[in-house]
Amino acid sequence: MEAQAENKVTEAPVATGAQTQDPANNATGSSMTDTQNVTGSQGKPAAHETKSHSIDISSMNRGEGSSLSLEQETTCLDVRNMDLFYGEKQALFDVNMTIPKQRVTAFIGPSGCGKSTLLRSLNRMNDLVDGCRITGEINMEGQNIYQKNVDVAELRRRVGMVFQKPNPFPKSIYENVAYGLRIQGINKKRTLDEAVEWALRSAALWDEVKDRLHESALGMSGGQQQRLVIARTIAVKPEVLLLDEPASALDPISTLKIEELIYELKDKFTIAIVTHNMQQAARVSDYTAFMYMGNLIEFGNTDMLFTNPKEKKTEDYITGRYG
Amino acid sequence: MRESLGNWTKSGSPWIWLNAGAVAISVIMVIGLLALIAVRGLGHFWPASIMEADVRELNGNSFHLVGEKVETVSVPVEQIRAAGIEIDTDQELVDRHLIKIGNRDVHGTDFRWVLEDFIEEVRYPENLIAVERHEWGNFYGYLLALKEKDKTVAVQAAGENSIWPEFKKRVDRAVEIHDEIYQIEKHEIGRINYAIERLRLKERRLEIDGENTPENLAELNAERSVLNAEYEVLQQQLADLYTAANRDSFVARAMNGQEIEVSLSKVVRVYQPNRMDILDKMGFYSAKLWEFASDDPREANTEGGIFPAIFGTVMMVLLMSVLVTPFGVIAAVYLREYAKQGFTTRMIRIAVNNLAGVPSVVYGVFGLGFFIYFLGGNIDQLFFPEALPAPTFGTPGLMWASLTLALLTVPVVIVATEEGLARIPRSVREGSLALGATKAETLWRVVLPMASPAMMTGVILAVARAAGEVAPLMLVGVVKLAPSLPLDGNYPFIHLDQKFMHLGFHIYDVGFQSPNVEAARPLVYATALLLVIVIALLNFSAVAIRNHLREKYKSLEM
Repeated sequence: MEAQAENKVTEAPVATGAQTQDPANNATGSSMTDTQNVTGSQGKPAAHETKSHSIDISSMNRGEGSSLSLEQETTCLDVRNMDLFYGEKQALFDVNMTIPKQRVTAFIGPSGCGKSTLLRSLNRMNDLVDGCRITGEINMEGQNIYQKNVDVAELRRRVGMVFQKPNPFPKSIYENVAYGLRIQGINKKRTLDEAVEWALRSAALWDEVKDRLHESALGMSGGQQQRLVIARTIAVKPEVLLLDEPASALDPISTLKIEELIYELKDKFTIAIVTHNMQQAARVSDYTAFMYMGNLIEFGNTDMLFTNPKEKKTEDYITGRYG
Repeated sequence: MRESLGNWTKSGSPWIWLNAGAVAISVIMVIGLLALIAVRGLGHFWPASIMEADVRELNGNSFHLVGEKVETVSVPVEQIRAAGIEIDTDQELVDRHLIKIGNRDVHGTDFRWVLEDFIEEVRYPENLIAVERHEWGNFYGYLLALKEKDKTVAVQAAGENSIWPEFKKRVDRAVEIHDEIYQIEKHEIGRINYAIERLRLKERRLEIDGENTPENLAELNAERSVLNAEYEVLQQQLADLYTAANRDSFVARAMNGQEIEVSLSKVVRVYQPNRMDILDKMGFYSAKLWEFASDDPREANTEGGIFPAIFGTVMMVLLMSVLVTPFGVIAAVYLREYAKQGFTTRMIRIAVNNLAGVPSVVYGVFGLGFFIYFLGGNIDQLFFPEALPAPTFGTPGLMWASLTLALLTVPVVIVATEEGLARIPRSVREGSLALGATKAETLWRVVLPMASPAMMTGVILAVARAAGEVAPLMLVGVVKLAPSLPLDGNYPFIHLDQKFMHLGFHIYDVGFQSPNVEAARPLVYATALLLVIVIALLNFSAVAIRNHLREKYKSLEM
């Protein structure tokens, strides 16, 4: 099993290099097959497929290759010495990382490792949890977002978040997208119309819903709802988009659409995504952070992390030893 | 056999039978209740035929009987004998009829029990007339003559019907005049009285404030003289109308042969039930039913309608809902959304739940002691010193009744709203917060609209409880007969300080406080039916609103 995994690893650069020509097209074409692979391997017991959890990075058709490196990136969010406690229990241990601007950063790790907690602390969603306490700092443009004088609502407008389960409001599609703008006091119909159309187009939803903007959002399919939620989030033009397992409740086709969307959106937004699906992380992200038991074990270029992890724990996880 | 019984038990069938049986019994009881009050109540308005008979008792007494048969009961003969009445029969039970003989001015009572065995020669003469009067109850008898200004204008013998059309015409005229008098007395003179009373209070106010300068007083006096002039005009009109109304009268013979003369101004309607066919009777029935639902009560609430009671009930319940909903919702929002969950909130919840179990009459006492005497008394001191010592708000009234009932029902609304708020998925709140909305904005724009069906459920339960409540109301504002509705054309249109009538109390009053028990009994049923209908309508409208909201904010379950 290990031998096979290594075999794949050696093949990887060749394949990646060969297919850099037309990234968008290829991404579309092959993520479909990947998605099918994923469902296939999840449906059957792991014993029959020896390479079940290892990532065939060669098939990802990643456009930018392995040339990315954190040192060259502009920092968007800078997490410094962060500890997080739920009551007495410590959930995050001394996390240090930078989230680069206009890149996709993925968080992977086994359930309960703290990746969602870390993501939620980036826009202070953890404030809503009773007994949650944070030490250390998270800096955004040089300011610690956990400082007392920070306007949390404004922070959350700048750092938008999409959750695991689609959570549209029981309003019309239009009103869902316009919600964030109305909150900001924008009520001019023209401005709203434009913003709604822009957001829905950006979320690749416009063509599907343009004729029923004023129908309830609850009548949409799960995948459409999740894209609506993304549209709603980007309508307020945040700087950072946090995606907390955005595709885990969706079917493969919808998952594919969301992934394409992430690919489209990363030019405009800094994206941080939590996912349980390592193939997904490998497909969509530029950088990947592996977390385990509340610790950030390894953080780096996605290709490097999946093909040549520095830490033993990371390797064990991505090859399916545990998780 | 034993094994099969065991299997039968295991299969769950006994449970299903038990459950279905419980449901069936409940449904039957509800239907039975409704049917009982409907039959007893609605039957009252049907124009029964008037029977005429001779009654010959064994002790030699005999009399002539005219009246409506109201009900028949079987009585043991022994009981009759024990009461000292001789009876010659070998049966164990004899039928006894309750006959409504009317003519209270002649006989002193409206009803009479007569044994079946004593009745001879029952007949239903077509020429018998029934006259509904404003006082002394119904009159049954034979029309003999019509008089105009004490001069006889038409005569007929006891068995004839020749002057009936003329009689009918004159009655219609008298009723019209009566309506006119009613309009003037109730509305126009009522308005003037109200205005004069306000002027009096204004004057007193000026006196208290030390601003009773001659100019101010002159101004008031000028207004007053205008009103007085108006009043004089109306008074003149009224006097003319009264003369006109008293012009005609009729002479009729009652069952004991006495001839009595009745002014047509006292007549509500006349009819000849034995001459009416089924269509006439149905028309008469609908008119009576409409009168019941739309008219003021007469004769110590035993005749006429109960419109003021319906109006009072609905108005009080609506006012109560308006008071209780915001209060309960705000309290629930604080408890669920803002208060730190812990010992204190738990204690408050327990207290709120216990509040729902306090007997309602206790609320009545509290309302009387706190709202009326304390709050009302202070309000009077502060805002209505001119009316003192007569209380304005320091006396039972519509507002205090509504407030007391709001207090009574607020736990229901709090509990229902809290449940509703707790059911709103966390994900939706987070979705709103993640878009940069503050907690208050999230509450206002997303959470509360989604919880609104639950709030309506609370309001429905509150309405159901409040509309059926009587005991506390007797202490805080309900009266047997309110002279005017709490909503009228006089500024400020809604009179929250006024006392009002209520269907529930009306039932109690008519059923247990009435001087004329037999006459009142069918009205108890009819009023009860109407109360049930009013409550059902109030509830249905609330349910309709809730269903509409539910449809709008369908839950997010996928």
